[in-house]
Amino acid sequence: MTREDIIKPENLVYKRTSVLKDATMHYCPGCGHGTVHRIIAEVIEEMGIQDNVVGISPVGCSVLAYNYFDVDFVEAAHGRAPACASAIKRLRPETFVFSYQGDGDLASIGCAEVMHACNRGENITMIFINNGIYGMTGGQMAPTTLEGMETVTCPYGRDPEIMGHTMRLTEALAQLPGTYYVTRQAVYTPALARKCKKAIRQAFENQKLNKGVSFVEVTSNCNSGWKMTAVQANKWMEENTLKYFPLGDMKVNGKFDPKFIERIATFDQPNETLYSLRKK
Amino acid sequence: MAKELKLMKGNQAIAEAAIRMGCDGYFGYPITPQSEVLEHLMAERPYLTTGMVVLQAESELASINMVYAGASTGKRVMTSSSSPGFSLMQEGLSYIAGAELPALCVNVVRGGPGLGTIQPSQSDYFQTTKGGGHGDYRLITLAPASVQEMYDFVELGFDLAFKYRNPAAILSDGVIGQVMEKVMVDDYKPRWTNEYIEEHCPWAATGHRAGGKSTIVTSLELEALKQEAINERIQAKYRKCEEEDARHEAIQCDDAEYLFVAYGSAARICMKAMELARAEGIKVGLVRPITLWPFPTKAVAEIGGRMKKILSVEMNAGQMIEDVKLAVNCNVPVEHYGRYGGVIPTPVEIFEALKKMVK
Amino acid sequence: MTEEIIIAGFGGQGVLSMGKILAYAGIMQDKEVSWLPSYGPEMRGGTSNVTVILSDERICSPYLNQFDTAIILNQQSMDKFESSVKPGGLLIYDPNGITHHPTRKDINIYQVAAADKASELGISKLFNMIVLGGFLKVKPLVTPEMLHKGLEKSLPERHHHLIPKNEEAVEIGKGLLKPYHTL
Repeated sequence: MTREDIIKPENLVYKRTSVLKDATMHYCPGCGHGTVHRIIAEVIEEMGIQDNVVGISPVGCSVLAYNYFDVDFVEAAHGRAPACASAIKRLRPETFVFSYQGDGDLASIGCAEVMHACNRGENITMIFINNGIYGMTGGQMAPTTLEGMETVTCPYGRDPEIMGHTMRLTEALAQLPGTYYVTRQAVYTPALARKCKKAIRQAFENQKLNKGVSFVEVTSNCNSGWKMTAVQANKWMEENTLKYFPLGDMKVNGKFDPKFIERIATFDQPNETLYSLRKK
Repeated sequence: MAKELKLMKGNQAIAEAAIRMGCDGYFGYPITPQSEVLEHLMAERPYLTTGMVVLQAESELASINMVYAGASTGKRVMTSSSSPGFSLMQEGLSYIAGAELPALCVNVVRGGPGLGTIQPSQSDYFQTTKGGGHGDYRLITLAPASVQEMYDFVELGFDLAFKYRNPAAILSDGVIGQVMEKVMVDDYKPRWTNEYIEEHCPWAATGHRAGGKSTIVTSLELEALKQEAINERIQAKYRKCEEEDARHEAIQCDDAEYLFVAYGSAARICMKAMELARAEGIKVGLVRPITLWPFPTKAVAEIGGRMKKILSVEMNAGQMIEDVKLAVNCNVPVEHYGRYGGVIPTPVEIFEALKKMVK
Repeated sequence: MTEEIIIAGFGGQGVLSMGKILAYAGIMQDKEVSWLPSYGPEMRGGTSNVTVILSDERICSPYLNQFDTAIILNQQSMDKFESSVKPGGLLIYDPNGITHHPTRKDINIYQVAAADKASELGISKLFNMIVLGGFLKVKPLVTPEMLHKGLEKSLPERHHHLIPKNEEAVEIGKGLLKPYHTL
């Protein structure tokens, strides 16, 4: 095939969605942010809502998300994206509204706002990227950092007796009556990314129903923060993170997934994953 | 319904004005002595009539960020609080100023520092007029001295906020918030339509990519030179605001030899002290700043310049006195009289302080 | 004409609503009015007071420390406010529960035994209106017609059928008024 053949429109197999701007992302290679950005942008394009959507970006690695999406965006103060999204949806109920936050932003400083937005049952879509660490500020401990895991602010491993336990906030949110759809996804393989796209599409479609919050956690690696290569980081995530933060739906159409009910019944048991990490 | 006379608390007047002027949203959290704002809104349920959104947020942090986001979309949104809650809002106000958004916040001040008291005070003058949050910004600050002004300053506050795309504050206190007085209320005005907002607020993130280009509302600019340019633009607005929108009221200043400078409820108490003083032959006038920022520097310089002495009467340890001294360039002696921690100075006390100064 | 009034007693005695009715009646009579309550924990069963000003002119300070009239409904308020009545002014009090009666000689002092009367008639909720009647007997600041309109304005419509009872209580109060010390 010559170059001329390749660029013929009929040979086109993939292109950048027009909802993403032609900008080079600043994310580390192997990070999940870029993939999730693309998924959200594709969903917006496929739903035809590019001119009727407002995104809320957080403080953290994705603070500049508005530079990549070609939709109206509001940059929130640290942790306050759910409050921002609540206000915009209430003032403009006809507009699709989504917040995009990391784990430091959502689970630590913004814990109150996410809890209450979920408890009020705001008719919004929340995307939560959980990589178990503060990426932008240089790899500090987050509420979601696994017990035993090393970061620059717990260089000897997270000791729950001093630093608190690894926080499963999404599981808590699923138990609030204001959440309608709660799921945990990942994007480190093509199959998982396709599944994640379905979930995010569902989370946006749900806004048409006005039934409450649709919440998608995407478990991601932070290879630079974890001080690993991208490949190592994905393997580590699979072996450790996903044991404590297993993928799958927790609540669909306002109903608990049966597996989720089984799982939360074990929450008072010691977790083997954490135990082995701690021992090291 | 046309104009109507009502008896209302200052706090209720804030709420009533918001409904009638076509405010789009109120986000607040209970705190004494201003909870009647939210209570009145929830009792009136404007969401069933004008479509105004009213939400009790989980905290003042959430409230101010809801205001930030609502303002980002071109809606006329507001919050209210009292001193400790207003402190929590400072970060958000800095973001609103930094992103150049119009919004209105009301502070019904109580005595501090800390949890302090719930009694009236003016101890948040510095916080409100000098910044409060981080960065070089100002709040356009209105100081009502009556329930009628509580009512009137809601619309005025929004007008100034939109004129300068900057947050405006109503700096009140427990007296003006709690007192009931006569208020002439306006007829209901419709809220702005989304079409009106698209036409008049091209900066707003409406979700519709006005002009085919996505709108970004942010206060972040990592390049220092660009951030400096943003600051220069903001400062230019502030100079214009100082030039065009400083307001004051002068009472019995024409024959005066001495001058009270006082705002809000302190000004009201000074008016009573003036009666007592003039009955004893002391010619005293009053300049009441209506905007605390921009401070009515020219008026205070011009009127104050003619006086023998000036007494800055404040329910704090001496905050506005700095602006009074700057205004008269220290050419006229300026003294301070104040009570604080929630104590309200009595007219007699102020009269005594004046007599002491005159001697 | 300016009348500066403090009404003080226990929370629950109807201190604030008495002031409100007076203020509304004042508005109906085209007067400037101001109604400033004490607020906060004081309201929760402790002492409660309200400053009411009626005037033909713009009202200066809503907050005062000297009054033309003090309406006193418990001992704590007597202790606090007896001295704040201007010389030549008026003090009206209900002797019920008062152990230290007022001692000033430079003011007019009246009693209205409203609490006893209200319990005798089984109208304890109208206690405050009996007191108001006593005050209006000494200082008829508002006419009965304006008081009627004031009641209409300050009471929610579902309570309007109680207005005649309120007016009767005011009349009872006028009859109960007893001079204690007059100039």
